[in-house]
Amino acid sequence: MANIKVLVAKPGLDGHDRGAKVVARALRDAGFEVIYTGIRLTPEQIAEAALQDDVNVVALSLLSGAHNTLFPKVVELLKEKGMNDVLVIGGGVIPEADIPGLKAAGIAEVFTPGTPTTKVVDFIKANVK
Amino acid sequence: MDIVSEILKHNRLALAKGITAVENEYDNAVDIMTRIYAHTGHAYVIGITGPPGAGKSTLTDKIAKEFRKRGKTVGIVAIDPTSPYSGGAILGDRIRMMDLMMDSGIFIRSMATRGSLGGLSQKAGDAVKLMDAFGMDVILVETVGVGQSEVDIVKTADTTMVVVIPGMGDDIQAIKAGILEIGDLITINKADREGADKLNIEMEMMLELNNEKIAGWRPPINRTIASKDIGTVEVVDSIVAHRKFLMDTGKLADIRRERIKSEVTDMINVRVNRYIDKNVVRTQEFEDTIGKLQNREMEPYSVVDNIVSKVLK
Repeated sequence: MANIKVLVAKPGLDGHDRGAKVVARALRDAGFEVIYTGIRLTPEQIAEAALQDDVNVVALSLLSGAHNTLFPKVVELLKEKGMNDVLVIGGGVIPEADIPGLKAAGIAEVFTPGTPTTKVVDFIKANVK
Repeated sequence: MDIVSEILKHNRLALAKGITAVENEYDNAVDIMTRIYAHTGHAYVIGITGPPGAGKSTLTDKIAKEFRKRGKTVGIVAIDPTSPYSGGAILGDRIRMMDLMMDSGIFIRSMATRGSLGGLSQKAGDAVKLMDAFGMDVILVETVGVGQSEVDIVKTADTTMVVVIPGMGDDIQAIKAGILEIGDLITINKADREGADKLNIEMEMMLELNNEKIAGWRPPINRTIASKDIGTVEVVDSIVAHRKFLMDTGKLADIRRERIKSEVTDMINVRVNRYIDKNVVRTQEFEDTIGKLQNREMEPYSVVDNIVSKVLK
């Protein structure tokens, strides 16, 4: 039995984890195994945790504005560690204008405030490798 | 990538992939475990159990750091329950351990209990073996102390520590049969809370009245405040003392022999259960029989006799 494993993490310095927890809960209810890692993490910590748990998906939540730096850094570190099949998605207060750049950097999808959690679940189911 | 030879070369990605293979029962899992077995048996395995919210993850984090200070590499298997309704799980043990992420002498794996036909203790045991072969000196297995299969996992440890906290109930709880009996060490965490002294006395009384799990070893009671890293050194000293006791008395070999016996028995049971599930339970004949039982046209005892005699022939 292969369950989909998702690491939910908050890189950077904001401590607003309500959104990340709501998403974590929704993913659990969708039958995923969710590794919740908490707040104020470095990209290095997130990438290493993703490796150790051999996750299929890394879901990043960030509300501080540092997404253009921290999201791509996580993607880069995962690749360095040989984790090439991981689906990386992001969420938070992220301006529309930044989304194309994030996608070019390897973030598969970006979910902004107001997104129904079912949309995140469906995206993961459709795109997980 | 050849997972086994890469694990033996301390490749972390290979270790992660190897555990996934056994966890998901991939086709290569049996091959991996067959080839890894000769390289296991070196690590010292410590089980940590107790009720939800007792502070097991925080304590595990602190114990891991103390072993690192003493020059030991540490593997951690952290088990959390799967939701019986959705099949999903939130594995939150890692939250307390994120500052261990940058230490290459540590490897943490989260595991969900999932809902398989037994087999969880086998999978957790396989994860321990893979970490052992990778070269971890000490392996901590952290589990929520509910459910028989999780008690079984802890039984596969050389040293088992039960974590309790003040305010969980009266002294009758302490004398009920249960997880307290499997502890080689008892740790009262959150010892700055009201009721710690009373709990300590209750634990002492319980130990006084219980038969010793292992003759000659009385489980020490340590007090900790894990969130402030108070009492960790004493806990690790107690673990080391228990290990020394087991080695000096030759009991470690006995424990490990028993463990191998129960592991192999479990493996046989899982295999037999699967065989029965496939060849008996999931057949039309079985469904028909159930219908006849419901109509009271047959009775279950002779049905079972009949099936068992066929399976065992």
